Amino acid sequence: MDYILQPWPWYVSGPLIALVMLALIYFGKTFGMSSNLRTLCTIGGADNFASFFKFDWKSQLWNLTVVLGAVIGGFIAVNFLSDGSLIDLNSQTVEDLSTLGFDNAGASLLPPELFNWGNVWTPKGLMILIGAGFLVGFGTRYAGGCTSGHAITGLSNLQWPSLVAVIGFFIGGLFMIHVLFPLIFSA
Amino acid sequence: MKSLKFLLTGIFFGIVLVKSEAVSWYRIYEMFQFQSFHMYGIIGSAVVVGIIGVWLIKRSKLNSIEGQPIVLPPKDRSIARYLIGGTIFGLGWALAGACPGPMYILVGTGVLSMLLVIAGAILGTFFYGLIKDRLPH
Repeated sequence: MDYILQPWPWYVSGPLIALVMLALIYFGKTFGMSSNLRTLCTIGGADNFASFFKFDWKSQLWNLTVVLGAVIGGFIAVNFLSDGSLIDLNSQTVEDLSTLGFDNAGASLLPPELFNWGNVWTPKGLMILIGAGFLVGFGTRYAGGCTSGHAITGLSNLQWPSLVAVIGFFIGGLFMIHVLFPLIFSA
Repeated sequence: MKSLKFLLTGIFFGIVLVKSEAVSWYRIYEMFQFQSFHMYGIIGSAVVVGIIGVWLIKRSKLNSIEGQPIVLPPKDRSIARYLIGGTIFGLGWALAGACPGPMYILVGTGVLSMLLVIAGAILGTFFYGLIKDRLPH
């Protein structure tokens, strides 16, 4: 039981993620988490504004069900399958983050500096969360997929467009962390 | 009952992503700093097992659970949309520390402020739908 409660090593987690993708293929579907964002737009009436959202959203109910499961899974993992271990980050990472104003890196899943309500309800805090989400939502639809659709499914199916997308993910991520983070955050 | 398998798959996915710490903002930062092998190990081993699994499915001409032939649609051929869209996605991924799957999962872990990130993502998707035809694809 200890092995389940401790953080899982990468060589256990990675193959299990592949299993999720393969299960969905066997169910006659494909693994793609960002498609749900488009479905949610359509349910919200976006089909009245752009033809991109005109599709039978009920055909995507299975995917929304996966999302519902993922939320429940997150709840179960944190409340019943965790021993409260800290995240074993590289000590250099912890040090780098403290110079950016993020203290006690790894003590929780996410930095309270960004996600605690007290810090969320500031102009900067709101802009970061909503802006980051906007970039993810816009970028993933433009690229036709996110980490699940391109990095996992696309690469597993040897699709070179997915490799181009993953290279893009890293160009953007590296630029954000190395160039923009020091401009956005300071201790 | 048909949807139960999707619910269970989602629950399993959520548990794996939390237990692997792939939902952690800190792990994403560490990955882009190249200071740990952890995230590369997760994605890399998922892809290796995925390549073998997809190859076996194609080779064995396995039918889906509903008896239909399994087809994996190829991605459209393009460079611009994948490179530009991917880069925009990457900017948001590193800042939010979460891609779409973890966003939902993190709400389940009790981080309700993640709902604002999801709201932003829905807005971004909507905006893409509005200007899609004016973008290079």
